[in-house]
Amino acid sequence: MKGQAFAIAAVILCGVATYVMFLTTLDALKLTRATYYAENRFGDVFASLKRAPESLRARIAAIPGVAQVDTRVVADVNLDVAEFVEPVTGRLISISEDGEHALNLLHLRAGRLVAPGREDEVVVSEAFAEAHGLQPGDNLHAILNGRRKQLTLVGTALSPEYIHQLRPGGVFPDYQRYGVMWMGRVALAKAYDLEGAFNDVVLSLQSGANTQSVIDELDPLLETYGGYGAIDRTDQRSHRFLSEEFRQLEHLSNMFPSLFLGVAAFLLNVVTSRLIGMQREQIAALKAFGYGNGAVMWHYLKLVLVIAGAGIIGGIAFGVWLGEQLAGIYTEFFRLPYLRLALDTQMLVVATLISSAAAVAGTLFAVSRAARLRPAEAMRPEAPVRYRVSLIERLGLRRWLGQPTRMILRHIQRRPVKSLLTIIGIAVAAGITMTGRFQNDTVRYMVDVQYGMAQREDLSLVFIEPTSRKAQFALQSLPGVLHTEVFRSVPVRLRHEQRSYRTGIRGVEPSGDLQRLLNVNLQPVDLPVEGVVLTDFLATMLEVRVGDSLMVEVLEGSRPVREVTVAALVKEYLGVSGYMDLTALNRFMGEGPAISGAYLAVDKQALPEIYAALKVMPRVAGVTLREQEIKNFNKTMAETMLFFTYVATLFAMVIAFGVVYNSARIALMERGRELASLRVLGFTRAEISYILLGELAALTLVALPLGLLMGRALCDMIAQNLQTDLYRVPLILDPATYAFAATVVLVSAVLSGLLVRRRLDELDLIAVLKTRE
Amino acid sequence: MAYASGDAPLNQDPHRAVFQARGLCKVYQMGEVAVQALRGVDLDLHQGEFVVFLGPSGSGKSTLLNILGGLDTPTSGTVRYADHDLSVYDDASLTRYRREHVGFVFQFYNLIPSLTARENVALVTEIAADPMTPEEALALVDLAERMNHFPAQLSGGEQQRVAIARAVAKRPAVLLCDEPTGALDVATGIKVLEAIARINRDLGTTTAVITHNAVIGDMADRVIHLSNGLVSIVECPAHKKAPRELSW
Ligand SMILES: Nc1ncnc2c1ncn2[C@@H]1O[C@H](COP(=O)(O)OP(=O)(O)O)[C@@H](O)[C@H]1O
Ligand SMILES: [Mg+2]
Repeated sequence: MKGQAFAIAAVILCGVATYVMFLTTLDALKLTRATYYAENRFGDVFASLKRAPESLRARIAAIPGVAQVDTRVVADVNLDVAEFVEPVTGRLISISEDGEHALNLLHLRAGRLVAPGREDEVVVSEAFAEAHGLQPGDNLHAILNGRRKQLTLVGTALSPEYIHQLRPGGVFPDYQRYGVMWMGRVALAKAYDLEGAFNDVVLSLQSGANTQSVIDELDPLLETYGGYGAIDRTDQRSHRFLSEEFRQLEHLSNMFPSLFLGVAAFLLNVVTSRLIGMQREQIAALKAFGYGNGAVMWHYLKLVLVIAGAGIIGGIAFGVWLGEQLAGIYTEFFRLPYLRLALDTQMLVVATLISSAAAVAGTLFAVSRAARLRPAEAMRPEAPVRYRVSLIERLGLRRWLGQPTRMILRHIQRRPVKSLLTIIGIAVAAGITMTGRFQNDTVRYMVDVQYGMAQREDLSLVFIEPTSRKAQFALQSLPGVLHTEVFRSVPVRLRHEQRSYRTGIRGVEPSGDLQRLLNVNLQPVDLPVEGVVLTDFLATMLEVRVGDSLMVEVLEGSRPVREVTVAALVKEYLGVSGYMDLTALNRFMGEGPAISGAYLAVDKQALPEIYAALKVMPRVAGVTLREQEIKNFNKTMAETMLFFTYVATLFAMVIAFGVVYNSARIALMERGRELASLRVLGFTRAEISYILLGELAALTLVALPLGLLMGRALCDMIAQNLQTDLYRVPLILDPATYAFAATVVLVSAVLSGLLVRRRLDELDLIAVLKTRE
Repeated sequence: MAYASGDAPLNQDPHRAVFQARGLCKVYQMGEVAVQALRGVDLDLHQGEFVVFLGPSGSGKSTLLNILGGLDTPTSGTVRYADHDLSVYDDASLTRYRREHVGFVFQFYNLIPSLTARENVALVTEIAADPMTPEEALALVDLAERMNHFPAQLSGGEQQRVAIARAVAKRPAVLLCDEPTGALDVATGIKVLEAIARINRDLGTTTAVITHNAVIGDMADRVIHLSNGLVSIVECPAHKKAPRELSW
């Protein structure tokens, strides 16, 4: 009993721990984010535009519901960090030199803010500074509006606006190659000829203000000044990524505990049923002494509650600890300034109640049956069990099966529900193991598709503004550049009936080899000469089909607005956008052969020279290395997913162990007499082990394929929850993950089997002969 | 010392001792208390002999039989089976000894509930060197027609006869029965005893039956009385009765 109680408590512990872990993490992150946002006055509405006079600020502030307005100059630049060969891009954001900018306050980590009047000073995001080992006092260079300028780092800081720091178009954080930094407003405005003007604005709203109506008034105001359309906080990139992460944690916190508690309830049911079966006579005695049904039930429920209680207390402690570890990992990953831990007592009460309820529910049937037993009935031993020839034997295999195998099959079949639940319990373990590795597999696949099939360039770069197609020749002529393809990309709002979505349309070369569009079967598709091609998910969001027409409002240049036919759909896992033929897009824009950037295939040997050449090309704003994106991915995975993999694997092992161990112990109790009889007849230990463990082996083997299917279904549930415009997670599981899950289950099963097998050596052969069944 | 199998069968020399026990002692340690179950038993059992052990409850009968059958080892003294010293056997050798040479019948049948009568016998014939078929063994105890029944579908006497069939199906050298009729009524008990007697007579299996029912001694070649862990009286009934002549 002790071992079994321990195993069950361990399963409950895991269930409670996962629940508490996810919610502790979630609560801590939410509280931390809320505190951080409040303390640093994170904005509510964000808009960027081409250029507007500072006088517009008053009109924005006059919009009903607006509390504060913060105008800024924001510029994406090329950086040059000493001794770092590869190109680095950065985002420069203005702060008022008096250190009193209204919104999105910096959280200073080292040094100081920019001093008034100093045009060469910058505050740099802490992550970037750390990645390059930069200290206050160090220098770096930036190409500001085509002019190289030396900047001095005076401080490092964090910003609520860039909790999740991704370069535009990047998918995984890369603090070495992308840096956010803050510079004095005067200096930055001067560099970009925006003195007395701004190109970015952040608003905070009065409480109770309607965000959408503020945006609806703001957009027309900014439109004249080249506004790209204001966004609400929920669409702000960093906030959005964080919220997605939170949503996922919430989803997982619902999914896993129910699996564990289900298994625990089943185990408790099996064990108490068995215990009550063995204690019939004691029950009879108790009742004969006048104990009521309630007292008898309470007697067993107490035991169940003690086991559950041990699991719950352990689970809460372990879960809080794990939650703090996980929150710590997130704090590091998102570079939060601090972590506010919140122990939500209500959550703990809920965890306790749910787990106790599951435990009680699992045992109630067995316990109430015990209570209903009349004393006289209870005095008699349980009616002998009826066996039947098993189904498998009746299918014609009987002749080929030895007696021990028949015993196994018939024993399994005698309690079909219990056998089935055992199988499900083991299967759950396999399934949980798979969920621990699913994200890794699927994101690896997404990266493979993105960087192996769609984006096949070595380098991609963007210009600071639309540039003549002649620039392609300059790139092509760089030594080491093998092949170039160019693209034009314009910000647009797509509308279809009531639905609209802000994204970009990318004009690409029709038969591109570096950038390819893939259909749903991931086959490269030819770009239609006319019409727009949409990411399939975007089409779903806009409720358009191939052949429908779509209203395209360009948010740049002459801002043309026109209907375009949806020509085809393409499969993309990351982001959503539209594609057009490059010339068609130029025509649509009413412009000459302009391009926004290029893709390069290069000779790797020549990379340093190419980097050097690109760094001094004034119009080049950002360079991305495909290989580096893949490395960033691996690093991100290592930082965030490994923890989850470990926890899931550990907990899955506990389940597998708990289920198999309990089944084996129950089997030993039920069949100890038989096994001892067989030993008397001259069966060896190995032979009786086969009978005891063969049953579990058979159940485990049946459970494995089922578990792999169940794992797939669980992963599908997780994937279904990850279908957003940010990314769509496909259901991809590596063969290695199946193998790993099977191995985890087998190892746990074998370990628990061995543990129980040792008890076969202690069978008392003689005692068995002296007692009636 | 490992038990060597494939020894010459013991059925040839009627005067040869199958078992030879000398100074057999068994002490059970029950916490502080030491229980002397056997206090120096000297005993020979001969080839083909039908022996009945009689004695009050607690006199050491089962302990003695279990040691002879390789289920237990003596605390001191020696017990030889043919040329082999069982008292020094390890667990694996004792298992092998039971498997190859001993047939057991117990008061509570100890059948496997998930196997039919035939399969309960097959359990043993599958692992024996020169067994009869399960059908033959069940025919010996008059149960051929009920061989596809599960134990739960059989009466107590029938279950005990299945147990006997299972014990003798491997053609053991010895058949050891501990209170085989203890849980049965008279008529059924007699049927069971008849089956045992038939085995002893027809197969020449050396047979020992424990009972506290003195009447059963009348069907034996020899009756050995145990009391308080010692052999007290040994009698050879002048007139060996058939089981159906017994009554109690
Ligand atoms: N496993 C055991 N542990 C302790 N005492 C035992 C054990 N088996 C038997 N005894 C004791 O040894 C004595 C002889 O028992 P047993 O051989 O079973 O007698 P019988 O079969 O003649 O009734 C008894 O006093 C009994 O209580
Ligand atoms: Mg006895």
